[in-house]
Amino acid sequence: MHSKNAKKPKLLWLQGITCNGNTHSFLNLSSLDILLDKFELLHIPAFATQYTLEEIVECNLDCDVLIFEGTYDPLMRRADVALEKILLYYAKSASHIIAAGSCASFGGMFKAVAPERNSGILFDEEEKLGPLKEDEKKVINLSGCPIHPEWLAYILQMIVNNMNILLDELHRPLELYSPLAHHGCTRNEYFEWKVDAKSFGTKEGCLFYEQGCRAPMTHASCNKILWNEVSSKTRIGTPCFGCTEPDFPRKNLFKTKTNMSIPQDVPLGVPKRSYLTLAGIAKTFHIKRLEGKLIDYKTTP
Amino acid sequence: MARVTKEEKKQGIISAALKLFSEKGFYITTIPDIADKVGMSVGNFYNYFKSKDILAKELVLYISEYLGSQIREINERDITTEQKIYEIVSMYFSVAEKKPEMIEYFLRVYLSNREVFGDGCEGMICVSPFVTEMMMFFNDGVESGDLHDQDFFSAFGLFMGYLGGMVFLFGEKILPEPLDNYKDDIAQNIYNALKKR
Ligand code: SF4
Repeated sequence: MHSKNAKKPKLLWLQGITCNGNTHSFLNLSSLDILLDKFELLHIPAFATQYTLEEIVECNLDCDVLIFEGTYDPLMRRADVALEKILLYYAKSASHIIAAGSCASFGGMFKAVAPERNSGILFDEEEKLGPLKEDEKKVINLSGCPIHPEWLAYILQMIVNNMNILLDELHRPLELYSPLAHHGCTRNEYFEWKVDAKSFGTKEGCLFYEQGCRAPMTHASCNKILWNEVSSKTRIGTPCFGCTEPDFPRKNLFKTKTNMSIPQDVPLGVPKRSYLTLAGIAKTFHIKRLEGKLIDYKTTP
Repeated sequence: MARVTKEEKKQGIISAALKLFSEKGFYITTIPDIADKVGMSVGNFYNYFKSKDILAKELVLYISEYLGSQIREINERDITTEQKIYEIVSMYFSVAEKKPEMIEYFLRVYLSNREVFGDGCEGMICVSPFVTEMMMFFNDGVESGDLHDQDFFSAFGLFMGYLGGMVFLFGEKILPEPLDNYKDDIAQNIYNALKKR
């Protein structure tokens, strides 16, 4: 237990090239006040905090937890100081560095502006080519476009409680990123029987066959820890875009890539031959309950 | 003399039944006919297969697994899609010549007596090993940039319908030449029809 006077960890939030989506997402956290109360807030954009950006870039403070949002661009300046200098300076004192969102984790959306130059803070897609190579052990990637507010809260809470955060090979916390986005989707039964969603936004059908759903190949717990505590993309009938993976953003997000009607990518770890065998057989059966609107299905003749 | 194992006896029944069904027809062939051909009693036959319908379904699965494993072996070779087509055509024609009962059974019994296969053998269930391997073939062909991306069944129908038709003509003794003489042109035609455009 922390005593009332225990020193709170100092939190600093920096930004590279960003749409502010991760900041906005974080603002949706219902327990935001309780969580932030556990930190001394040096600077967070969009929040009233102790120091202005101009004071931060002078680089004479130190922090415990550094959150970085946005793509890293080596040519970028913040308040007239090179971003590289600011980032490397605060990385030294921090015990934990969190890449908030896919841009900071792997390059993401804003890498597209200058794909050869821009990257995440540690990874450039799957390769460790970012500026924080020397501090790589401290880097935790919370990929997602945007970041899931509760995943960030979960990790900050673990840091406050001095817990050991186990990471996968892409530095994502295993607790949050070992499940697939497919786990917990309300459409799993349609996936099993290979029943297509006929269009977007319906309650019935699976989005894997036509609409581009990447959830069976995507590490994320969107369907276990719901968004705004109520829903997820696939639950409302929009495909998962695979936004937590280093190859995000891909092209044609609303369409499944197929070769002669056969999905190019099949669920993670499943050999394509096995998948096709099972899929072909499952498709043979027509389950009436799964073919129409759920609400129209009569249990009595 | 080595004892004949149960599995070998089962194989014996399968070959005998395939021959009888494709020569005499499914309905005319009786269990005593099959038992007689393999030299076992009718009572013993039932230790292997509980009914004629069950045997009929096992035969489809057997053929499908046989053809599937042949195609898989071709799929896994490091050759071009065009060469794979040639190999599949050659393999299919050689089965049609050396084990005509297999293809005959497929075309004449399985495809013409759907009522027998409706329950427990519908759709992909009994033909899955074969169709899955053809799916792998088409998938790899498109992925490697050799084949035109289209609906699976449009391509599958073109390929297998063509081969089935030729074997049918061969079986009816309408073809003036042995099947082998046609395989170069047929493989070429299939490739031309399916290649990337
Ligand atoms: S819609 Fe996507 S997440 Fe849901 S069951 Fe289908 S593949 Fe899985």
